[in-house]
Amino acid sequence: MLRIPCPHCGVRDYTEFRYAGDASKSRPSLEITDVKTWHDHVFLFDNPKGMHQEYWQHVQGCRQWLVLERDTSTNTVSRAWFARQGKSS
Amino acid sequence: MSELSRYSAWSIARRGLSGARWRRAWRAAEPRKSYDVVIIGGGGHGLATAYYLAANHGITNVAVLERGYLGSGNVGRNTTLVRSNYQLPGNTEFFEHSLKLWEGLSHELNYNVMLSQRGQLVLAHGPGQFDVLARKGNTMRLNGIDAELLEREDVQRLVPFLDYSSHCRFPIYGGLFQPRAGTVRHDAVAWGYARAADHLGVDLIENCEVTGFVRDGDRVTGVETSRGVINAGRTVLSVAGHSSHLTRLLNWRLPIESHLLQAFVTESIKPFLDHVISFGADLYYISQSDRGGMVFGGHIDGFNSYTQRGQLPKVQTVAECAIALMPGMSRLRVLRHWGGIQDMTPDGSPFMGRTPFRDLYLNAGWCYQGFKATPATGWCMAHTIAHEEEHPLIRHLGVDRFERGNGHDEYGLGLWTYKQ
Repeated sequence: MLRIPCPHCGVRDYTEFRYAGDASKSRPSLEITDVKTWHDHVFLFDNPKGMHQEYWQHVQGCRQWLVLERDTSTNTVSRAWFARQGKSS
Repeated sequence: MSELSRYSAWSIARRGLSGARWRRAWRAAEPRKSYDVVIIGGGGHGLATAYYLAANHGITNVAVLERGYLGSGNVGRNTTLVRSNYQLPGNTEFFEHSLKLWEGLSHELNYNVMLSQRGQLVLAHGPGQFDVLARKGNTMRLNGIDAELLEREDVQRLVPFLDYSSHCRFPIYGGLFQPRAGTVRHDAVAWGYARAADHLGVDLIENCEVTGFVRDGDRVTGVETSRGVINAGRTVLSVAGHSSHLTRLLNWRLPIESHLLQAFVTESIKPFLDHVISFGADLYYISQSDRGGMVFGGHIDGFNSYTQRGQLPKVQTVAECAIALMPGMSRLRVLRHWGGIQDMTPDGSPFMGRTPFRDLYLNAGWCYQGFKATPATGWCMAHTIAHEEEHPLIRHLGVDRFERGNGHDEYGLGLWTYKQ
């Protein structure tokens, strides 16, 4: 079982959380109307075999959005922090 | 294929009487310095591509590079189902082409892949879902594919052991039946294509991991491997869940996320389930293997993973589906469950064809529908490589289709990798 260290609630089963994908991306400025920029943001993924920063929401707990740093080849979680604190807090 | 190495009743009798040993099914080839075509990935798709390059196009100076052993990936991890019940233009024809190739494959390869056309039944649990199946069935029939719409009573006659009780959570309303769908012995597919490709001169190189690409500007001219540099006229990526892992070496990001899908097999019981059944209330599908085990699977675990080890909550979900559909399953013990890495795409459809790099071809993004596509994928990729232009059946599957707003979303779920 993947266990997620929620900074508010402590270590919980991943089933309490909702996965919401890659957190390493930055949304392009809304001024940019170029299709390629938005295509790359929405559709392309690093998809690393290794360390991955990703969003999870603790929907059955504190309902906070988290950023998790997890190794996708072992499921080892190295860090977790509130998403509102920014990308690499 | 020489008479000596051909499999037949005669060759069994002769060897049985003389005690002569069988030859290895394929050579353990040493990598040469250079090939016309290098295919990365010795799974079903890579081996099929190599076979059809040699058989259909006469291109035999080909190597298949496999990091582990042949068929160690998803070709041996799937639930062995083959079918052609797709409704988007493009998908319908492609998967029907694949099913037709399956129907002749044992003869074509001189290797028994044990195709069993036992029929697949997709269930509907309400009138809305039934209408969707009717539409899909009509699309199939307009394309010359067999499809029969079954009402609840027909379904009960066909498979009486499902839950038809008044208190069941998802009452069965009807279903769509494709009689020509069924199962194939999946390891035999890898071995059959490997043996047939080897006989035509293809080098199958196992324990050979690709660690880099050799480039000349935007052209890919070869690969660096754990067994040295191999030059390639053309290079083909056919590595399923590890596609992004390899394209990172080219600083090329794909519209793919790798997810884990589990499958299960129970202890063996006597013949009981004569068809393939797909539940309509959740993603769940089941068949009985020739050995007697119930083989079934569900949906992906739901978050990026390369672990090949499944999470237990998904086991529970799948078991709940199993018992909701077929209460008798509660008496069976699960023998094994395992995981494979799926290359999930935003629209659930694969990417096949040329790439932004010259002489590099991509076959990836099969989500969890790659097995049934194996023959047609090999057929179309071989054509594409030989003619340097996409086969008509795969023209809609370019890796750049989202830039043009041409997502190909068979299930109508929206462009979202982990919802597909």
